[in-house]
Amino acid sequence: MTAIKRRDFLRGAGLAAGALLMTSKIAFAGGGTRARLIFVILRGALDGLTAVPPYGDPHYARLRGEVAIAAPGSNGGALKLDGLFGLHPSLAFLSECYGAHELIVFHAIASPYRERSHFDGQDVLENGCAHAHAVQTGWINRALAALPPDRTARRGELGIALGQNVPLVMRGSAPVASWSPSHLAALDEDTLQRITDLYSTDPVLSQRLADALATQSVADAAQGEPTLAGATEDGAQMSQAQLLARPAQAKGKSGAPYKEVIHATAEFLRSDDGPRVAVFDALGWDTHANEGGAQGQLAARLANLDAGLRLLKEELGPVWRDTVVMVATEFGRTAAVNGTRGTDHGTAAAAFLVGGAVRGGRVIADWPGLSERALYQGRDLAPTLNLHSALKGVLADHLAVPTRALDAAVFPDSAAAKPLPDLVHA
Amino acid sequence: MDDPALSAAIAANRFGLGARPGELARVGEDARGWLTAQLSGGAPQLRGATLRGSADILSQALKLRHERREARAAAEAANAAVVMKVAQLYLPIYVDETTARIGEALTSERPFIEHLTYFWTNHFAVSVDKVSVFGIAGSFEREAIRPHVLGNFTDLLLASTQHPAMLLYLDNQTSIGPNSQLAQRAARRGGERRFGINENLAREILELHTLGVAGGYAQADVTSFAKVITGWSIGADRGPLPGGGVPGQFVFREQMHEPGAQTVLGKRYAEGGMEQGVAVLRDLAQRPATAHFIATKLARHFIADEPPSEAVDALARTFHESGGNLPSVYRALIGLKQSWAQALAKFKTPGEYIISSLRGLDVPSQYADKARTSFALLGQRIYAPGSPAGWPDRSADWDGPSSIMKRIEWADALGQKMGAHHDAAQLAPQWLGGVMSASTHTSISRAASASQALTLLLTAPEFMRR
Repeated sequence: MTAIKRRDFLRGAGLAAGALLMTSKIAFAGGGTRARLIFVILRGALDGLTAVPPYGDPHYARLRGEVAIAAPGSNGGALKLDGLFGLHPSLAFLSECYGAHELIVFHAIASPYRERSHFDGQDVLENGCAHAHAVQTGWINRALAALPPDRTARRGELGIALGQNVPLVMRGSAPVASWSPSHLAALDEDTLQRITDLYSTDPVLSQRLADALATQSVADAAQGEPTLAGATEDGAQMSQAQLLARPAQAKGKSGAPYKEVIHATAEFLRSDDGPRVAVFDALGWDTHANEGGAQGQLAARLANLDAGLRLLKEELGPVWRDTVVMVATEFGRTAAVNGTRGTDHGTAAAAFLVGGAVRGGRVIADWPGLSERALYQGRDLAPTLNLHSALKGVLADHLAVPTRALDAAVFPDSAAAKPLPDLVHA
Repeated sequence: MDDPALSAAIAANRFGLGARPGELARVGEDARGWLTAQLSGGAPQLRGATLRGSADILSQALKLRHERREARAAAEAANAAVVMKVAQLYLPIYVDETTARIGEALTSERPFIEHLTYFWTNHFAVSVDKVSVFGIAGSFEREAIRPHVLGNFTDLLLASTQHPAMLLYLDNQTSIGPNSQLAQRAARRGGERRFGINENLAREILELHTLGVAGGYAQADVTSFAKVITGWSIGADRGPLPGGGVPGQFVFREQMHEPGAQTVLGKRYAEGGMEQGVAVLRDLAQRPATAHFIATKLARHFIADEPPSEAVDALARTFHESGGNLPSVYRALIGLKQSWAQALAKFKTPGEYIISSLRGLDVPSQYADKARTSFALLGQRIYAPGSPAGWPDRSADWDGPSSIMKRIEWADALGQKMGAHHDAAQLAPQWLGGVMSASTHTSISRAASASQALTLLLTAPEFMRR
């Protein structure tokens, strides 16, 4: 098969058929904001008291028993943040970022959701409302739609979901892309053209196909080897994803499970004419049994997350300076360990804001304490900080989303949750 | 009056698993009758000489776990070797199970029942990304779901809750009553370990299996229900838990059970050992909230993403009045005018897309093994929904740009592989019948090659939906 330049195809297809141009932007375009935002969703409810142990709280060790993280300085102890909080010993990169003033840790933070269903909790985390299933769109998409015109001097998608499908937080009227590695061979130009024509009267499929093709064109451009079906040394066909993944393998980066998604995220965000906001999931935080402490199940997941974020910084290169990564979860876990050396669904959790654009080196928490009286409903870390305030602060100062939009369209009826100021460098 | 060609396509493609050549003709004028006839007879069982029971598999795994405990004490290398042995035990079992499942789907002549089986397996979801259920997710479906698909919801709920796969997946096997004999004995000995409940299974039964998240329960109900089902565990001939039982089978361990009465949803359940939990589950199955929740999910799966409320209410009424008799509910579903009102209302999941493609091409069961990897490739690895909520069931969950592109690439590969042996123009009406559009017909007829014609049929908008 002849190698075809996907970008050339896109241009040709647009001219020949018209359909593609009519139904969608055909490529990401330059201009607009330099700021990058990455939202990492920890699905399953991260145990904030293990990720960010309040080792200085007099009740912490009692509640956590054998899985409590020891004070800084002891064997397997926390990495010190201040006199009250530390980071889990697996979070070495985040600890470095804290020292470099590139990390803010939020604690006792929660979305408005106060029940304990993962699925409704995630819905609220993504829909930006006070209740689950309130709307079918997400706060990132609504923020993109509310960007001032000088920030959107571009034609293409500003947002990208790293995954096959678009999660709720990215859904809405603003066009967004999704990308996931493919191990299938790409199509020839003629067949793709015919499918495009076949979809011309189907608004959903034509839009999705156009978005997919636009994403591939950025991947091609970022790769600098924009062949539709690149031939490898042995003559086998390689997919775009394999082409995209190749430099990372060649460089022999660490084997973090997020490697592929981080690499793609960095490729997209580094590109001048690429998207500016990316979102991806990290799974496996629902530690009901045998959670572990300084070592064990959760420690291993935290280490992988930490390695993934380190890789992200390396791969973003100079763009790290313009980047803010928000890492958040749907809710926290019980203050005490349960009967199976794990923790059940709770309320307030910890969250991280990391990146070169972060005014870091701080813990932002109005610590409610872990005494029995202080616990929410007698069992969970009490929420004292609204996640929406943190998110609004980031969107306002980093992406310049207007306050009026933040209070109404992006986080409906949220004027009471004031944006946290000075989270990022102007 | 419905258009019979449209109804036949809805029956075979939305309620079934996709029309095989000749199937639409067999459905003929009586789409409702074709579906109703499938409800007769026992639930279909999977064929496969190598398929093993959960207890058989688990007892072997338990032995390995025991070895692992000893190895861990001995040396790190030996421990790693035993971990490999568990993977070696489970992988071929998973392969056999999924192959048998696909094989049945490819040629089933009761595809509606097979589709219902998938629905219930997804409702009572376990996910093989938790390694402990990797080897028994398939046998869970065969043992807990299939036998009750044409039975009663209460039996389905009891069977799934007591199956080792569910107990392991939602961590109930080691949940211990804080005042149980075991906890008290340990307290007397002054041990370090704090014994207590794990509320994971109790919460998900209320939220995901019965009442639904808006079904009117509170945290206190979760906690007391979790106490009720302490001691619902898995037998082992040795290991840290007392009480024996048949290795790998459900066992009630009295010594772990929280003694005394518990109040769940305002009703007091006297102490009764295992029967206390059975009583709570029986009551949950009969609650109006459960009827409404199940009706909503069925209607969402078989009618539309946002099903009409009259349809949901009608199904809930039948569910409630029949005491959870599932064939009655299915008959009500078939009888609803809303079921036939709008063709192509559902976007196929990757699994539905793959199965319908292969059925359309009349791929025989012996090729099921080759089809296995397609499911992971397109984003729906079998038995791996990744969460106890199961796979989501709305178009927006499946129609992402990357997802569509993968489907197209997969279709193209299939078109290139099989196009030479099939006449897409002749297949198209047999797949799509009354829902085929003029543009699809034209596109296929003008294709540059037989393989491209097949690719176009496979990627047609009408075939992406059901």
